[in-house]
Amino acid sequence: MSARVIRIAGGQGFWGDWLEAPVRQVEGGPIDYLMMDYLAEVTMSILQKQKSRNPEAGYARDFVPLMGRILPALVSKGIRVTSNAGGVNPRGCAEAVLAVARGQGLAGKLKVGLVSGDDLLPRIDELLAAGHALKDMETGRPLSDIRSRVLSANAYLGMAPMVEALDRGAQVVITGRVTDTGLTLAPMFHEFGWSPDDWDKVAAGTVAGHIIECGAQSSGGNLLKNWRSVKGLANPGFPIVEASEDGSFVVTKHPGTGGVVSVASVTEQLVYEMGNPHEYITPDGVADFTTIQLRQSGKDRVRVTGIRGAPRTPMLKVSIAYAYGFKAVGTLVYSWPDAYDKARAADRILRQRLKDLGLGFEQVLTEFVGVDATHGRLAGPADPEAPEVQLRVGVRATDRGGGALHPGNRAAGADRSAERHRLCRRAAAGGGSRRLLARAH
Amino acid sequence: MPAAKTVPLQLRYLAHARSGDKGNSANVGLIALEPEWYDLLRRQVTVARVRRHFRGMVSGVDRYELPNLSALNFLLHGALDGGGTISLKTDAQGKVYSTALLRMEIAVPPAVARAARKAGR
Repeated sequence: MSARVIRIAGGQGFWGDWLEAPVRQVEGGPIDYLMMDYLAEVTMSILQKQKSRNPEAGYARDFVPLMGRILPALVSKGIRVTSNAGGVNPRGCAEAVLAVARGQGLAGKLKVGLVSGDDLLPRIDELLAAGHALKDMETGRPLSDIRSRVLSANAYLGMAPMVEALDRGAQVVITGRVTDTGLTLAPMFHEFGWSPDDWDKVAAGTVAGHIIECGAQSSGGNLLKNWRSVKGLANPGFPIVEASEDGSFVVTKHPGTGGVVSVASVTEQLVYEMGNPHEYITPDGVADFTTIQLRQSGKDRVRVTGIRGAPRTPMLKVSIAYAYGFKAVGTLVYSWPDAYDKARAADRILRQRLKDLGLGFEQVLTEFVGVDATHGRLAGPADPEAPEVQLRVGVRATDRGGGALHPGNRAAGADRSAERHRLCRRAAAGGGSRRLLARAH
Repeated sequence: MPAAKTVPLQLRYLAHARSGDKGNSANVGLIALEPEWYDLLRRQVTVARVRRHFRGMVSGVDRYELPNLSALNFLLHGALDGGGTISLKTDAQGKVYSTALLRMEIAVPPAVARAARKAGR
């Protein structure tokens, strides 16, 4: 049995994550791969909007200067990168990275793989015509209800195109909407040559990806258990997976960094955003989270074994964002004495004024920060001696005027477009992805 | 089971938790602080009790068991005022339903209560 271990380091957990993290992953110790996840559901529609204003935009812009910082080390150390920083413009992102590489005299030394094909916006009508209803996964409503308001539509692609890019020698693989977990699965399947139908291996890589896809959330960041005992969070070690050929792996972090990797820290990340744990569905397979075994195998080392999987479904998930309406939130702070009672009085006055204006909001939500904003009525009665309470009122309407008799009136401050994301499935996506390789020259 | 003497104890002393969003649902992973306390959670933190705990705040509750992680996973449906992108809530992404669940009290043997409180959480 080979004792070969592949080290895959998590460098970004979302767009806007700590920019030093990937640099420290590259410089802080040996790694083979750096995976960086930029795409939350909401991020795709933000990027789509940026692209509609500027066709050159549409990707995580700060990825390019970041690559500029670490490219020399990546090239000299032979570290490879998988990232979905490409957003809705992976080609633009890849070209920008290649331009940086040329500027650093790395022409010919850096091969960049480009994964596209997830963007279904130009194909929606064709898909609808072919009988795919693209129903909302939660409500079952057909896409035709909101067809005219769609802003972006992206299928979650699996690991296959990334594995192919790595097989063809890409050192940096830039994608659009692929699954977060695929960014970790691809290096494993490329390195170990596993069959994509080896469902236990798919499941193991999926779990590894889930553990490191949210940055420091598995290495002490946001840890609830004994949170005071977690030291050094100004410089947390981001998680690293040491993958073995048998599908087992160790979660760890570089020595000398803050945070902690423990059974508790990994477990909290495992249950984060979890649905049915028996069926964690990705385009690559289905992982059973009830088979995961965790063991502390050393300081900041958690060994993960036993993971079982099941075959992939014939479906892909599509994330569709559409213009829903407008929302606005305003706040006012009231002080002791009677802070809460004053805030409640202000809420009554504001609501009366909104009513008198004839504004027809779909929703008006009042929260009292310091009393009930996070736990609602579970927080218990307000403290009559509270030093301050913040009134926070949010309004939402399907049109800018608040469905108003007086459309010129706006409810509060700056209003902001609200988008509802639809998570849809469509049948057999076959041939949805297209791969291109480019070389800096 | 014989009616042994028990005392009420908040889940914060028995479990840690993390939550996140899935569309208009929030999930809460409830993890026993000691593996031997998992069975107390499994028996008492039922769908019915969680639904009652969050009444008026969620429209439905599902529960899954993960004995391998000493954890239960709850899906709280209709918890996010439409979901992260349109929600007006401070907690639009359901990050703190986890700690809201830790406010629940269950009945535990006095020895467990002493040990759990001593751990000081």
